[in-house]
Amino acid sequence: MPKTARARKNRQERTSGHGRSLDRARLLDLYYYLMLNRLVEERLSALYRQGKIQGGLYSSKGQEGISVGSAYALAPQDVLAPMIRNLGSMLVRGVRPVELFLQYMQKEGSPCKGRDTSLHFGGIDRGFVPPISHLGTLIPVMAGVALAGRMQGKDLVALTYIGDGATSTGDFHEGLGIASVNRLPLVVLIENNRWAYSTPVAAQSCLVDLADKARAYGVPQGVADGNDVLAVYEATSRAVNLARAGKGPVLLECKTMRMRGHSEHDDAWYVPEEEHRFWEKRDPIQIYEKHLLKTSVATSSDLKKIEQRCLSEIEKDLSAAESAPFPRPESCVEDVYAPASDDSEDEPAQPRRLARRS
Amino acid sequence: MAEAVTYLEAIRQGLSEEMERDERVFMLGEDIGVYGGAFKVTKGFLERFGKDRVIDTPIAESGIVGAAIGASLMGMRPVAEMQFIDFISCAFNMITNFAAKSRWRYGAGVPLVIRGPSGGGVRGGPFHSQNPEMYYVHTPGLKVVAPGTTRDAKGLIKAAIRDEDPVIYLEHKYLYRLPRIKEVLPEEDYLVPIGKAALKREGKDLSLITYGAMLLHCLDAAEALDKEGVSAEVLDLRTLLPLDADAIEATAKKTGKVLVVHEDTRTGGIAGEITALINERAFEYLDGPVLRVTSPDAPVPYSAPLEDYFLPNAAKVIEAARRLAAY
Repeated sequence: MPKTARARKNRQERTSGHGRSLDRARLLDLYYYLMLNRLVEERLSALYRQGKIQGGLYSSKGQEGISVGSAYALAPQDVLAPMIRNLGSMLVRGVRPVELFLQYMQKEGSPCKGRDTSLHFGGIDRGFVPPISHLGTLIPVMAGVALAGRMQGKDLVALTYIGDGATSTGDFHEGLGIASVNRLPLVVLIENNRWAYSTPVAAQSCLVDLADKARAYGVPQGVADGNDVLAVYEATSRAVNLARAGKGPVLLECKTMRMRGHSEHDDAWYVPEEEHRFWEKRDPIQIYEKHLLKTSVATSSDLKKIEQRCLSEIEKDLSAAESAPFPRPESCVEDVYAPASDDSEDEPAQPRRLARRS
Repeated sequence: MAEAVTYLEAIRQGLSEEMERDERVFMLGEDIGVYGGAFKVTKGFLERFGKDRVIDTPIAESGIVGAAIGASLMGMRPVAEMQFIDFISCAFNMITNFAAKSRWRYGAGVPLVIRGPSGGGVRGGPFHSQNPEMYYVHTPGLKVVAPGTTRDAKGLIKAAIRDEDPVIYLEHKYLYRLPRIKEVLPEEDYLVPIGKAALKREGKDLSLITYGAMLLHCLDAAEALDKEGVSAEVLDLRTLLPLDADAIEATAKKTGKVLVVHEDTRTGGIAGEITALINERAFEYLDGPVLRVTSPDAPVPYSAPLEDYFLPNAAKVIEAARRLAAY
């Protein structure tokens, strides 16, 4: 097959979502997660301004459709690895606002016991692996998750996110190399929000579609409108299906815009005003609200009720987090290693078999 | 009666026994499958365990370690090979930030082994002879082991695979097929515990503290010193992280004179750490300064006269030991 034909075959068509595969309850579920994502982050931002949160706070405003739509496309056995702006993915996977408030307020009962920041928590048992701050590292790590899943007969797909900036890292390349030659069930979702801190995407790559990087690895690719939650859901579902069917890794680019600064301290003065204005009109929550109303899936009062539910959950969780204690200072040196076992030279060797899921 | 085996064969036996015992154990690395590894450590593994458990990878050390981390988080027990340990620098971030910190950050242990041939003496030049241990000894959350004998090589690789934390296993390529360290190994399943040093020779006048290929040179030096009337004790650290502080303290208190010998370069080498530890724990027992014999602060050279000048050896140890004994 000539190269161009193969590239065309590997390229999925650009999508705009219709949501036909989702029933009303699930369509409203998506709205709930989008709204919870937005409102939790608005509250976190307010807490930051009150001095109740210190350190980095990374908003996903304008990108909620990518987190929620993609995570919603996964099966229960699948594993995802969120990046720093994928709070919505974690909510879909079962994280509750109280954990986020505890985490950002550095409390003892936080998932990291106050040791690490922001969205850096998770666990395979909960279906998600947290990032470190070094970008690109999750691509090889999630290739390993996919590899292990195959060895264990679990029929799982691994999904992770990467920003436009981090597609420049070596780990992005190394991870896709390993995943592609081993045909691993991995979906890499490029969340192209046009800005890596203050660096525009044109300073990262000469490509128009970063998804074209897939051609370097001979793997399927796709491009979707990241501000349309249903388009993201459908494109991710297709990518997940391809990966699950053994077609190897898939590179899916969702185009969006970072609507706030890199972190809460950054007012993003370097972003041209007209660019910001253009994307303001494409807010993913407003777009989805219009869709739900137009298709008569919901009335305004249905949507208001969902928003109220999110707000009351946030209030309840926030007050629990605010009254929680800070960690014991000396606990910072605990858990560096596994607890000492009684291993000795004469420990009998127990044969171990893989626990395979049928 | 079983046959004496090489250090390399001991590592191969350890890997193979653990793969046999535990289906979660698998290997990944460059040229380890079809080719059997650059040094043939995994020769025959592909045929025996299949391509799902002996995985040839692209040249991508960070990718290899990253994939090992992901598989480990899923409950597997990966063993990643660095074709030469020098190339571990390409995976530095994955090891020190992802693998080392996960347990502490959010409670997810990352049991895995990263192994590969380290050290000089084989005219490998600056990129096939390095001793990178201290980059990792400085990283809480990791364990670092460096066997100097055939028996320890097998016992430590098995212990590393069974450990619940990430272990860097440094196998010294100069020892791989060295006939004089061939040993008859115990027939039964045995482990050498991580974090425990071993007294390889008892003495009363001074202590030589060392590890890896320098163990041989220290034992040779101790033999020669004995003929001069200096009784030298030789402590083989075996594990560099966590250090066996009790064993170091005990030998320092016993002889009152300590000479640390390592092939790694001088500044930031483990001799400095051991010296500080002895100051903290055994200062009143010392009858002389803690001395060190190390490689100089330069990259490992290629040419034979250069490398021979560069590396520590028994003669250099004897010379330093005489100075120490004179205190």
